[in-house]
Amino acid sequence: MLYFIGIFTFLGVGSFYVIDEDMGVDPLIFINKYMVYGTSFWVVWRYFIQKMPVLNVKALLSLPVKENTIVHYALGRTIFSFFNISNAFFFVPFSIVLVNNGYPIAQVLSWHLAIIAIVFCTNYINILINDRNDVFYAVASVLILFAGLQYYDVFDITQHMGPVFDSFYNNPIYTLIPWLILILLYRSTFTHFTHRMYLDSGLQEVKKEAQNIQLGWLNRFGRTAIFVKNDIKLILRNKRSKMTIWVSIGFLFYGLLFFTDSSGGLYNAPVWKIFAGIFVTGGFLFTFGQYVPSWDSSYYPLMMSQNIVYREYLNAKWAMITIATLVSTALGSFYIIFGWDVYAAILTGAIYNIGVNGHLVLLSGAFIKSPIDLTSTTKPFGDKQAFNAKTLLLSLPKLFLPMILYFIGSLFGGEWVGYMTVAFTGLLGFFLKNKVFNWIETLYKVEKYKTLEAYKQNS
Amino acid sequence: MIRIEQLTKQYGETIALNVPEMDIPKGQIFGLVGNNGAGKTTLFSLLLDLIQATEGTVTIDDIPVHSSEDWKKKTAAFLDDSFLIGYLTPEEYFYFIGELRGVSKEEVDELLTGYTDFFNDEILNKNKYIRDLSKGNQKKVGVVATFIGEPELLILDEPFANLDPTTQIRLKELLSEKAKDANKTVLISSHDIQHVTEVCERITVLEKGEIVKDLKTTSKTLKELETFFTK
Repeated sequence: MLYFIGIFTFLGVGSFYVIDEDMGVDPLIFINKYMVYGTSFWVVWRYFIQKMPVLNVKALLSLPVKENTIVHYALGRTIFSFFNISNAFFFVPFSIVLVNNGYPIAQVLSWHLAIIAIVFCTNYINILINDRNDVFYAVASVLILFAGLQYYDVFDITQHMGPVFDSFYNNPIYTLIPWLILILLYRSTFTHFTHRMYLDSGLQEVKKEAQNIQLGWLNRFGRTAIFVKNDIKLILRNKRSKMTIWVSIGFLFYGLLFFTDSSGGLYNAPVWKIFAGIFVTGGFLFTFGQYVPSWDSSYYPLMMSQNIVYREYLNAKWAMITIATLVSTALGSFYIIFGWDVYAAILTGAIYNIGVNGHLVLLSGAFIKSPIDLTSTTKPFGDKQAFNAKTLLLSLPKLFLPMILYFIGSLFGGEWVGYMTVAFTGLLGFFLKNKVFNWIETLYKVEKYKTLEAYKQNS
Repeated sequence: MIRIEQLTKQYGETIALNVPEMDIPKGQIFGLVGNNGAGKTTLFSLLLDLIQATEGTVTIDDIPVHSSEDWKKKTAAFLDDSFLIGYLTPEEYFYFIGELRGVSKEEVDELLTGYTDFFNDEILNKNKYIRDLSKGNQKKVGVVATFIGEPELLILDEPFANLDPTTQIRLKELLSEKAKDANKTVLISSHDIQHVTEVCERITVLEKGEIVKDLKTTSKTLKELETFFTK
């Protein structure tokens, strides 16, 4: 949490100077231009992560408190949510820097107030659309559509939305608009909930019909298939884990940033191609693999007492990661339009991901002691335990080791020898899998009791 | 079947469990009673190697649970809802356990038909995830899942809790039936001394981590236990 507060504050102070000096545009206009994406992204992010306040009011229902008070209390409490406060860590320093650089204080204040209103609007929008997948997916697809249109220079929404945000700065009267919207949103959220303050309506957790997933065709893969089938259901049926798919798809396109000119040539050095290759094919590895075995935390005692040997369990997770990496590699073949060397970087990244990084995420998994609550999404940015020193240490080689290998290789014979060095290391890791797994297995066994205890504490 | 030697579990200064010696022979229906915090779940967790003993050993069929994983083949347990997978339907969960224990889907289906009464039409073909079932129904799923694959050793923590009266009676019948099989060892813990005396042939009372009574069940046992717990 502190980590993110630090980052936001740093960005708040720093972004002004970066945009002003390095990019040569007015920082305020620049920020305003992209506010429309920022806001929409914030809504999407909150939808996935933020926990609804309403479920906590059950205890108050039977006490002599007025229903309206309860609703006001529940909705009011969300004001102090991390998602609202964290914005302040960006916008307050940013505004101060603006004033320090000669922007008139009254106008900055007016703009700042508008932003505050908008942040709170996202808060109540999120409460309203929670569990309404249809609304959410509509918003998300419109967002992606506009981003796409802008990327291909068809239609630039920021041209039209930027001035809207500018107007908060130019004329304080307009600042009233977001505040009015906020009041309206609050009113409608309020009525939405006062009508549903019964255990059997609004306060009931939505029970979804079980979806039927036919995975019998996987059975030919033996005992590994048992776990893989389960993991597929795990991913598809829980909000938190479903996110790994979306993020993986995001990672898949991350390479565009490197291979097109949109980064302003920042990443033109060939060594970054390897970095991109690791990312493009490793989305699932980093988002799912990184959290093994925490996905199974809510029923870890079952896994530990059933007729399962650790090796099978680990093999299945490895299979999941490998399959996902192969699929990403296949989907990533469109990168070929950027040239053979780019595609070679991606293939190399895939080989390295399967051969080395696959082992590394499982290895770091032995030390991950933070349970994942699949049903709710309480922790906004993952648990800080997931960032403990051991795992941090293990995540460095995943990204930088291949870059170093490439660099060393390229000294001896240019780009292709660099790729070969990385790919060869990947293959080596692949052939040493059994040896490495023996070691990982021992580590898991040593850490078993600590893991079980840590998982128990949260459930 | 189970042998315990010099087993202790300490959390800091407090001794959660201290069992110098205990044998549970094959085929026994063993009951464990005690108040909250007496160490019942601690003992079961130690048997399943879910927590690490401070000292001493547990062996199942001469297999030390701490250093080998072979005992898992013959053991099935249901301690609490962390033995259930919430995002599966009951059927999927049963098949999953079946696959782990080498029992085919058809065999699982056949086994489940034997529990139609026990399920009382609230479990199967409901198209619901286990996480959305009531506590009692979750318990039914967990208990029946331990029967899959005919494990030699069953460990059930509080199997009667949260069950409705009809289901409690049916579960007692089920367990008594298991008792007839000389190859099946069953360990249950309960707060309900009446249930335990009806089902178990041997009853052990835990208090503050120590075994204070180890009784062979007779017609006098219930009375004796009542006196013990009213002191």
